[in-house]
Amino acid sequence: MKHNLILKIIAKFIVPVILLFAMYVQFHGDFGPGGGFQAGVIFSAAFILYTLVFGLGSAERIIPTWLLRTLASLGVLVYTGTGFVTLLWGGRFLDYSVLAATPLGGQHLGILVIEAGVGMTVASVMLLIFFAFAGRNRP
Amino acid sequence: MIETLIDVTLLAFLAITANAILRMRSLFAIIMLFGIYSLLSAGLFAVMDAADVAFTEASVGAGISTVLMLATLALTGMREEKAPAHQPWLPLVVVAITGLALVYGTIDIPSFGDPQAPAHLHVAPRYIEHGLAETGVPNLVTAVLASYRGFDTLGEVTVIFTAGIGVLLLLGRQRRRKDDEQDVP
Repeated sequence: MKHNLILKIIAKFIVPVILLFAMYVQFHGDFGPGGGFQAGVIFSAAFILYTLVFGLGSAERIIPTWLLRTLASLGVLVYTGTGFVTLLWGGRFLDYSVLAATPLGGQHLGILVIEAGVGMTVASVMLLIFFAFAGRNRP
Repeated sequence: MIETLIDVTLLAFLAITANAILRMRSLFAIIMLFGIYSLLSAGLFAVMDAADVAFTEASVGAGISTVLMLATLALTGMREEKAPAHQPWLPLVVVAITGLALVYGTIDIPSFGDPQAPAHLHVAPRYIEHGLAETGVPNLVTAVLASYRGFDTLGEVTVIFTAGIGVLLLLGRQRRRKDDEQDVP
């Protein structure tokens, strides 16, 4: 897609909006529909659109594969780590109430952290799978 | 009344899409129809007031799966092989019997939204009555998903992570070796 000027301009406009919407879905999941899973998928959709329009090479310059692999593992690690922190601080596994001074504050913090972990893993894995498929076509 | 009308319309479109998928031989068109099928399902979920499920179906089913299937298509080929030559009678009988068994199974399922359904009598009342007080999260789905059922969600994330590792092991490795080969000369 070398000469598709309209596609490129539209993509440049739309990609930041999609990323912003992903952030909204990620952090507004407590109040509205959405959460880490949906936000991760929307986040990766923005980069997939970018890859389709600008090519795999420029997308991999922005998010290299090693970074995606690290983020995918880090998401699971953050989630599991939260569980172990609650264990160490005297609660049960993934019982967020012990994370802050009040149980409600702990719940809020715990849900925020694990949703961030979910979003990280989902977005990175989706992009990794897409890059793996798209990369096979490279000469 | 209007909800029934929307339900019937969406279900009719689902049936039409499924039928079109069965009859088509162009894989590209079939993948596009799969995306439409997912979007129609998302509409059905939205009518049932399951906003989170509809959201997931629309983004994962209609969005990412379509893109991944198109990426696969770019690697394989656009057209399905010719229709199989064997007689369709045996598969038809198997499908008919399985379908009838499934329909028979739905007779015992409680009707949609029945407050006396077993699923609504077990832990759901506790979530609904104490969820906001215990987690401070207004969206009950998020409260159940992230807090009450945090262990299950951890499992789901691990499944996605494992799927990514599997794809990378199958597809990602060979590419890197190719890149190395190109670097050598």
